[in-house]
Amino acid sequence: MENLANIQVIQNMIYIISSVMFILGIKMLGKEATAVKGNYLSALAMFFAVAITCLSLEIDIKLILAGVLLGGLIGSLIAVKVKMTAIPEMVALFNGFGGLATFLIAWSQFNEPDNSMFQHVLVMLTIYIGGITFSGSLIAYGKLSEKLKLGKGSMITNVFISFFYLSMPTLIYVVIEPSLAGFVPQVPSYFSIFLVLTLMAGIGFVMPIGGGDMPVVISLLNSLSGIAAAFAGLLLLNNVLIVAGSLVGASGLILTIIMAKAMNRTITNILFVGYASSGQAASSEEQGEVKPITSDDAYLILENASSVLVVPGYGMAVAQAQHVVREMGELLEDNGTEVKYGIHPVAGRMPGHMNVLLAEANVSYDLLAEPDDVNPSMDTIDVAIVIGANDVVNPSATEEEGSPIYGMPILEVHNAKTVFVLKRSMSSGFAGVQNPLFFRENTRMLFGDAKESIGQIVAEFKD
Amino acid sequence: MEMYVLLGFVLLLSIFLGLELISKVPSTLHTPLMSGANAISGIALVGALMLSSAGQMQDILAFGAILFASINVFGGYLVTNRMLSMFKKK
Repeated sequence: MENLANIQVIQNMIYIISSVMFILGIKMLGKEATAVKGNYLSALAMFFAVAITCLSLEIDIKLILAGVLLGGLIGSLIAVKVKMTAIPEMVALFNGFGGLATFLIAWSQFNEPDNSMFQHVLVMLTIYIGGITFSGSLIAYGKLSEKLKLGKGSMITNVFISFFYLSMPTLIYVVIEPSLAGFVPQVPSYFSIFLVLTLMAGIGFVMPIGGGDMPVVISLLNSLSGIAAAFAGLLLLNNVLIVAGSLVGASGLILTIIMAKAMNRTITNILFVGYASSGQAASSEEQGEVKPITSDDAYLILENASSVLVVPGYGMAVAQAQHVVREMGELLEDNGTEVKYGIHPVAGRMPGHMNVLLAEANVSYDLLAEPDDVNPSMDTIDVAIVIGANDVVNPSATEEEGSPIYGMPILEVHNAKTVFVLKRSMSSGFAGVQNPLFFRENTRMLFGDAKESIGQIVAEFKD
Repeated sequence: MEMYVLLGFVLLLSIFLGLELISKVPSTLHTPLMSGANAISGIALVGALMLSSAGQMQDILAFGAILFASINVFGGYLVTNRMLSMFKKK
């Protein structure tokens, strides 16, 4: 007996050490110079916490080894094989698996005899958050990988949305269920119903949210998986679970807020309203003529430019144009042009999406600038090249009060001397708002596939 | 109950600490930070290892939790590392 108590003391001490390592790790992850080490430190903390837990096991060690080895193999394979452009959906998928693990942990705890009232409440909350994280992340995965095309307004989506709303009173019911005993007849198998409904609710939660709002959803799901882990820690009386889970919950929450701010919208508007109903399409009528340009002419202008700002958006990711963009940037620099990349926080499908893509293409990260850095000096930029971005460069956001996106911080490329917009067609962006930028005096449209268009410019430079 | 109060205290302090730690992260690192945090949420693996084993159902639940938490841990850390190794300054 004394032996067991000793083991618990040692375990708790190691848990405290790994908690500190997690904290330092995540702090280091927030700075460019130390990020890699921070990730190693946090992985080491994970190793310590897991290893020391293995000192007191009730489950069959064979079962554990099988689970860890198989899971480790699957996870590593996905992580190594995945293309860098598929990162958003991979993060969503891994996140979902974390949520599923807490869901199963809480389920297992429910089966334990003699749960106190407080434990019962925790079990239900953990199941709810973990379950929603799991099924919600799977839907986010489907949407990001474009395997799932269902969106707002479809019949199936509406069914799942009603499951989401139905799940909330059900959660309240299952939480107070033990105290109802004797007053109202018990609903048989209410727990199984709750499990299924929770998973349905997660689907209904994410399904109606559109692609351009995905950065917010992913951050939020990330936060929820941390909160679920922290609740599981309360349930199992384990402090490292609480500390690590809360850190993840907090970091996800901050990212969610940053993303929402970058769109000038509230989190509730993004999750439950969406763009379509948030305002009238004020400027959807055509506003004059667009001026197309060929890559030959674009090359001639670029050759004489002394400063160029590249503004990438989701279209660059779709066209896989990041490598050829980097090549063009290097050629411009060789030509004596100052090249910068203007990155909007919500460009792409996850927080920092464009940064990852450009990093993959070997663009030095000190060339990447945020809107606040480049907007004040925008009028000194000779050419701004917008590659597959739309809403984040829409001047309506600063100029037109009735516009649904009014107030959203943008990259003010319309103030540059010349703007090239690379686009496939004249369709409007995710927000469904027409972009007056395309009709400006200083704007030239370069229609076609971004990769091909830039490839032609690169070829001209090489001649 | 006293135990819960104490752990609730740990929970609150950790959340505040987390908010303080991450409030000023450059946007370059948003994705690696999210992915790294995601790997940390695989700490559920520790919780899964603490589950009891009483009957087949409990074993299945524990195995599932261990399996999926492991995917989260290994996949999360490796992807984060891969991503970070691409960030370079020339």
